[in-house]
This record gives sequence, structure tokens and C-alpha cells, in this order.
Amino acid sequence: MSKKSYRQAINEALAQEMRRDPTVIVMGEDNAGGMGAPGDDDAWGGVLGVTKGLMPEFGRDRVLDTPITESAFIGAAVGAAATGLRPVAELMFVDFLGVCFDQIFNQAAKFRYMFGGKAVTPVVIRTMYGAGFRAASQHSQCLYPIFTHIPGLKVVVPSSAYEAKGLLIQSIRDNDPVIFLEHKVLYDEIEEVPDEPYTIPFGEANLTREGDHVTIVALGRMVGFANRAADALQKEGITCTVVDPRTTSPLDEDTIIESVENTGRLVVVDEASPRCGMAADISALVAQNAFKALKAPIRMVTPPHTPVPFAPQLEDAYIPTPEKIADAVRHVMA
Amino acid sequence: MSNEIKALTMPKWGLAMTEGAVTSWLVEDGADLREGDEILEIETTKITNVYESPASGVLRRRTVEAGQTVPVGALLGVVADRSVPETEIDAFIARFQEEFAVEAAEAADAAGPEPQFADAGGRRLRYLVMGEGRGGEGAAPLVLIHGFGGDLNNWQFNQPALAEDRAVYALDLPGHGESTKHGVQGGVAELAEAVGDFLNATGIQRAHLAGHSMGGAVALHLASDEPARVVSVTLVCSAGLGEEINADYIEGFIAADRRKEFKPVLEMLFADPSLVSRDMIEELLKYKRLDGVGQALRAIADAAFAGGRQAKVFANDLDRIKVPVQAIWGADDRIVPAAHATAIPEPHRHVLGGAGHMVHMEKAGEVNRLISDFLTVR
Repeated sequence: MSKKSYRQAINEALAQEMRRDPTVIVMGEDNAGGMGAPGDDDAWGGVLGVTKGLMPEFGRDRVLDTPITESAFIGAAVGAAATGLRPVAELMFVDFLGVCFDQIFNQAAKFRYMFGGKAVTPVVIRTMYGAGFRAASQHSQCLYPIFTHIPGLKVVVPSSAYEAKGLLIQSIRDNDPVIFLEHKVLYDEIEEVPDEPYTIPFGEANLTREGDHVTIVALGRMVGFANRAADALQKEGITCTVVDPRTTSPLDEDTIIESVENTGRLVVVDEASPRCGMAADISALVAQNAFKALKAPIRMVTPPHTPVPFAPQLEDAYIPTPEKIADAVRHVMA
Repeated sequence: MSNEIKALTMPKWGLAMTEGAVTSWLVEDGADLREGDEILEIETTKITNVYESPASGVLRRRTVEAGQTVPVGALLGVVADRSVPETEIDAFIARFQEEFAVEAAEAADAAGPEPQFADAGGRRLRYLVMGEGRGGEGAAPLVLIHGFGGDLNNWQFNQPALAEDRAVYALDLPGHGESTKHGVQGGVAELAEAVGDFLNATGIQRAHLAGHSMGGAVALHLASDEPARVVSVTLVCSAGLGEEINADYIEGFIAADRRKEFKPVLEMLFADPSLVSRDMIEELLKYKRLDGVGQALRAIADAAFAGGRQAKVFANDLDRIKVPVQAIWGADDRIVPAAHATAIPEPHRHVLGGAGHMVHMEKAGEVNRLISDFLTVR
């Protein structure tokens, strides 16, 4: 056990799975560090250094640099998965989804179903998401609701370093296409992470706080914010259960419903745009299944329905904060 | 009459503890205390336990209030004779707080001993050592062996206290904690061999052994095989003294992969089930998620507890084990029946009320005294 950053935890998961299973390969832009160009070996390790060190250990046969052509290399990864490898492809920013979506939603997501269960597609697409990096509208979105909408995809939103390592190893071993979403602002967050490989099962929510008054469901970076809100509210005598679903597909509906049955109040925090997002989806789930338990209307904490602003003041105002979450909790308690 | 002023400080229970919350004081200001009196309750993120006075005297001052959370080592109160003037108490507290602030700033992270790893016959075993053999020249060290599914942290309330007299080692058995998970075949004999290899690897010639549950059977096995290396054996709610074992617990422990399923299983361990905290469950789930743990636990259960019966019972062979043995049990043990203690004759048999299978956690003070007394005369 030692302290590791979110970035190190992901890197360790990749390295340990590549050691364990020779069919695991990694591919993406600048992952090996300058193939076909006069760049240095292992110069970048991906744009934020997550795959650094893999190419020197595993070589260029297993750590591939790709052209800046998401449609080509995501398609190649899906094809390689269907024919025997376990590729982990890095889609640098989830915002680039638009140019490779057919490969994901019409191909990878459909193979098992349309080939009568005779094909598996064990591909992982790692991708960066989220605001707060001063990276403007085309590099800051939280598009996991779009993947969650597609049957046949599994969608993972790790909230911390411990979660990231166990969920990524599970993703690589899973036989279905998995979209693994890494929040770019979390990469330097540090916590205790076991040195040994381990897996966290999909569809099993984590309770990061337990309390009696309000259930807060939060995803990814918002889990830490919800914890901070819960800790602050405890001093006011309000105790919260914080539910981190870990995966939006499959979604651990039971844990969310059971928690609301205990507390009678729900606040959902989602960094994604509010229309057709996880906050709306989880609110509907609870309204349908635990309506009689509710003591107050459900409250959603999301950004406004706008592109992510570039002006720092506006970006800060756009993102949900622990204070906004605490205000929502006080509102449902009033 | 003594002029000595003694500090009561926040203990460090387990590797991960950095702070504790005082949930309630059990004695008033000015109370007459004897060493071992229960004086306050402390809650960590993992468990609540009572703090026993480390000294005799009058509780002159309480420096924290119920509800306060303070770091490990922080001053909780002051014990001194009635004759010590108030001004000296004030000066002592002021000096302590000043020094503690400096120490805390210097060693924010470096609190307490760190676990190490030994290469024991090709197995990588994690262990934690405390104390340095102050029980006199050549005082044999004590080795603590946890039970099925446990790890060295199970001794968090015992190891620091026992280490005042001698070096105390707590290890993770193969398949457990952070020790090797792979290649575990599962028998008690294999685990005893691993402990023997551990003694070799750490250069321990002879040791006292204390084993909890399955760890007790491991200790008996080692004492039976290599009596020259074992000074004494303390069995805590031990396996190896009768056939019965709670198969629901063993199978439940292996099967549970969700908090909700795990909780009722873990509650079987304690007389007071409220001791099973969210963090305790989470720590155990984290252990169970490690690669190889499922197979290792399965192999051990199949080899040692097949069909819900203990495969290896030493009760009739105790005469052959030429090593002093004592047994300590929780009267409400729901995993291994307390009746098994009768295999050990009086006066070395102790069944403690108000405690379950984790008697060394629930009645840590009494268990520590019993172990300490048993070891001191040997």
C-alpha cells in the first residue's frame, strides 16, 4: 500500500494488466512518444502523461502511436478487440467523440447482440472529460450521458485514485466495450492505493459517507465535492449519505433507491449538462420507485445548459461546487 | 507520594489511525484512577474502543471534551497525585502542548512504525514489529498470528501494549493482508511452515506465539513440529481444539462482495455488533478485491474447514506439545464455541464475558494483561 495519484493509479493498472496478459495493448496519440516523427521515445505518455513508461517496458508493438485520426484508431481498436486482442485506446478528450462515434455506438456496442452472442469486443476507450482545466468548450465536456444512453456499452466514471485502478483493471478484463472516463482535474489527487492488482465490480455503488437525513448521489469529480458538502453539513446537524455509483451503465439502482427509502430526501450532483443527463435519469428512477419515501422534492445540482465557458470566472461559476451542493441539501431539509 | 505527572494521550490503534474522536468520558474530573481503569471511549473511523488509564493517580485535568477529534499523541488528560500543585499541572500541560505542536509539525506523516516485508521461504510476508525486548536480556519476542481473513491490524489494540515488555511481531499469513496471495494450497501445516520460515527470515531463534482463531491452530502446529523454537502459546478463540466451526461465517466471508451482504457476516465476530463500522467493512472489501484473495481463502477453507469441520484438532495431542499453552476466549464467541477452551486446564483458561470471537479487540485490556502475565513468568 502506498500513496498514489489518480494518474499513477491508472498507469499502474495498465502496466500490471499488460504484464499479466500479453493480449493487452495500448494505443493513442503520443502514447509511445513520437513514432514517425523526430520525437523522443516516451516523450509524452499521452497529452497528460498517463501512459508514460509503458513504451520502454512493453515496446512499440504493444504501445502504439496513432495518427490524429480518431475515426481510424478507435475503429482499429474495436476491430482488434473483435479479433482477439484487449486494446486500451486513448481518446484524448471525450469532446472528440464526434468523429469516431459510429465505431463506438453502431459497431462496438452492437457486435455481441447482432452476432447472437458469438462475438465479444473487449475494448476499453480511456478518455478525459470535465471542466475546470481552462480548456474551453471543446475540451471540457462531460459526455458520459451520451454513452450511457447506448445499450451495449459499459460506462465507468472513477472518482478517486483507488477507484480508478480497480475499475480500470475490471474494464480491461471485461469482455464488453467499456468507456472509461478520467476527470482531467483529478490526475494529481493522491490517496492510498494497493500495490497489488485488484478489481472493483461494475454496477456496485460505493457509499463514501453514511447519514440519516439526505442522500446525495454524485459522479466522478463531484463525489469529492459531495463529501466536502456532507462534512460541512454534519457540523450543522445534517447527516448525508453520499452514493458514488461508480458506473453509469450498469447503474446500481438498488443502492440508490434503498438509500432514499432510508433518508427520504435526494440531491443528485452531475457535472454533465442538465438535459438528458444522469441527474435527470437518477431523479426519474427515484421518483418512479421511491416516491412514497420522499419527504421533499428532489433537487438537482448541475451546470446550466450552456457550453463550458472559457472565461475563468464564468467557468468557475458554471461548475457545481461543495457550497452549491450544501445549499441544495439545506433546501430539501427546509 | 509521587510528584510525577503523567500524560494521557490519544493512542494509535492500527496502521491507518491518525486521529480519534473522544465519544464520552467514563470518569469525572478528580476521579481516583488505578492503572487499567476504563476512563474514556474513543472512536476511530474503524472502531470504537475504551481507553484504559496507563497510570494510577488522580485525574487532575481533562484536556479534551467529549465530541472532540484530536490527532494521535494529543493530550487527553493529566494524572497526578493530589499533592501536586495546580500551577505545576498547568505548566505541564502548557509544556506538553507546545512540544506536541512542534513534533506534529515535524513528523506529520512519519508517525509510528511502518510495516516491512520478509522473504519467508520464497513467500513475501508483510509484518510489523514494535518494541525492543525491554523485558530483560534475551527476552524472547512475541509473534502474533491472525485468523482466517484477518491481517496484522487485528492486533491493533494489543501489539502496542504488549511491546512495552518485548519485541512484538505481527505478520500477515500467506493469502492475507499484503502478503503473497498466489500459490496458497491452504492447510494449517502450510501456514505453520510459512510462520517457521518467517522466524528464520527475521532471525528469531525462539518466540512466544499468540494465535487468534485459525492462527491459534497454526501456532499449535508449529509448537508441535518445532517445540524448541516455541517458548509459549497463547490461543485466542482458537481453532484446533475441537471440530466445530461456524461454516456460515467462513462461507459468508468468502462469498460476500457487497457491503450489505458482508455486514451480517462480520457482525457474527463481535458480542456488540455495532462495532462493525462502515470503514471496517470497506477495508475488508478492499482486501477481498485483491487478485488471488478469493482463491487463497477458498483453498484455506477447503483444506482447513471442509464440510464445516476443523480438519486438524490438537486437543488430544496437547500432552505431546511440550510448550506451555493458555487459552483466552470470548464467552459469546459465535465462530468457535467457547466450550473448546476446556481442552486447556485451569488456571490457564480464561473465558471473558461481554466479548465474542474478537475478544482481543472487545476486551483488549484484559487480554493484554493475561498475555503479558503469562509471558513474563516464562
